Amino acid sequence: MTADRAGGGEDARVAAGRRTCARVGGSDSTGPARQALLTAEKLAVGYEKAAPVLNDVTFALEPGERIAVLGPNGGGKTTLFRALLGELRPAHGTLALAGRCASVPQTERSRLDFPVSALDVALMGTIPGRPWWRRPSRADRVAARAALARVGLADRAERTYGELSGGQRQRVLIARALVQEARVLLLDEPFSGLDATSAARLEALLAELAGEGRGVLIATHDLEQARRWDRVLCVNGRQIAFGEPATALTHDVLAATYGGAIVTLPGEDPGAPHHAIMPPHHHHHDHAPPR
Amino acid sequence: MTPALATVLDALAHPFSQGLMQRALLEVLLLAAVGGTLGCWIVLGGLSYGAESLAHGMFPGLVLAALAGVPLLLGGAAGILVAALAVALAGRVRGIGRDDAVAVAVTTLFGLGALLALSPATPVGIQGLLFGDVLGTTSADLLAGAALVAVVLLAMWLAHQRLLAAGFDRSGARALGISPFAVDALLLTLLALAVLVAVQGLGNLLVVAVLVAPAAAARLVTRRLAPMMALAVALGAVAGIGGLYLSYYARIAAGASIAGLLVAGYLLARLAAVTSQVRKGSATAAG
Repeated sequence: MTADRAGGGEDARVAAGRRTCARVGGSDSTGPARQALLTAEKLAVGYEKAAPVLNDVTFALEPGERIAVLGPNGGGKTTLFRALLGELRPAHGTLALAGRCASVPQTERSRLDFPVSALDVALMGTIPGRPWWRRPSRADRVAARAALARVGLADRAERTYGELSGGQRQRVLIARALVQEARVLLLDEPFSGLDATSAARLEALLAELAGEGRGVLIATHDLEQARRWDRVLCVNGRQIAFGEPATALTHDVLAATYGGAIVTLPGEDPGAPHHAIMPPHHHHHDHAPPR
Repeated sequence: MTPALATVLDALAHPFSQGLMQRALLEVLLLAAVGGTLGCWIVLGGLSYGAESLAHGMFPGLVLAALAGVPLLLGGAAGILVAALAVALAGRVRGIGRDDAVAVAVTTLFGLGALLALSPATPVGIQGLLFGDVLGTTSADLLAGAALVAVVLLAMWLAHQRLLAAGFDRSGARALGISPFAVDALLLTLLALAVLVAVQGLGNLLVVAVLVAPAAAARLVTRRLAPMMALAVALGAVAGIGGLYLSYYARIAAGASIAGLLVAGYLLARLAAVTSQVRKGSATAAG
């Protein structure tokens, strides 16, 4: 049981070639009025001694922004998230965080047959802030309940996690991230498997959280959804593009991001053709519930 | 008090008028406490096979201790260490699956233990090593057992949240600052300690029953960890005490009676779970 901090504190210094948790831009900075929550510059990340699987990533996440992270499976989205969470060290470049990152994993990664309530799961968000010998305090429980209330699940706190709907489970995991006092949320395909109502509700929640000054990174395959957010980051082994969806999502960018898996649909407006991605092949999760 | 009631109470109290049975009672309660709680993590974490392997793999250690006349706890501890090492080494051999490696290492060790046990210098009480000797529990055994059980319970209590988070979402645990490897190591260490305690009462072959059956039964009928643990401890205690009565009045081996009742408890829980599902199913169909 390591005492490693998850996400990041806010006091470390920037250093080249490392992931750092630092305030970006000092008091002498004449940069933008709003300080970026996260800045990556020429970032390269990989596993152990092998060559980096993701190269040349340069982008910034401002408070209140939702960035869609687009890319094929194996294109480096998960690797990028793991670097932001501090699980992987940058091989090259710099990564600076002005606040804690928390991950909101896919709900099917967790075991649905596990005997935990929604409150138990939200309470897991208090683990990083507590030494290993200390049990959750009353304040921790209050924070967990408040986070569940924040995502609209106050009345589901005592329900068994595995018996909630897919959208509710996703919101419980968001509550767990909120309990970690994360300023940056990393969501891994949060809309996969959700019905239209749940998806709309989740999208509204993400808009609210961004509105509170948080930064939200959302790995997704849904181009239409990505167009509604503030920025897109396209990766496929390296960064293909970063910018506002309207300008960044060109046919060439999408072709480079997804390779042959992209099709162009005839749109009503010939000037703005629709692009669609072939349904992604979903990787097998070894934590799928048994039976 | 009616005479009938007095007779029943007397029948219930009589076995425990002797020191031997009192110590046995305390021993089964200790086993119920550690087996019921740790058993929940073992069952949820899919470590039942590991529990069985450790118990069998430690056999040569127990036999050697019996031959040399040193405390069984000592021999058992050394036996578990050797077993863990053998399993780890066997697992590194190329072209052999993890389960197969464990099976080979454990069977080898168990065979080695049997070979030692059947040597001309065979000490008395080999049967006790295999099937346990809960009635032979000494005060020293109880003290050592209670200390180990206390350590296991305290560790579980402190690590509860991390065990829960790692079991719930192993790949996501790292993002919460939890090392899944450390959690595994802790659980296996606690498992080794629990096996060490339980082998005294239930023996090499039956020890797994108290570590797996009550928790597996409780899991079928509860949906939260705290009640699951409480129920598992209660089941273990009932089976333990029931087994002692059975052995006293029916003159059956105590360890076997306890193990038998533990399994019966599991089967009952299974039945209860199935009937409640059928009832739920028919209610849904009717509604």
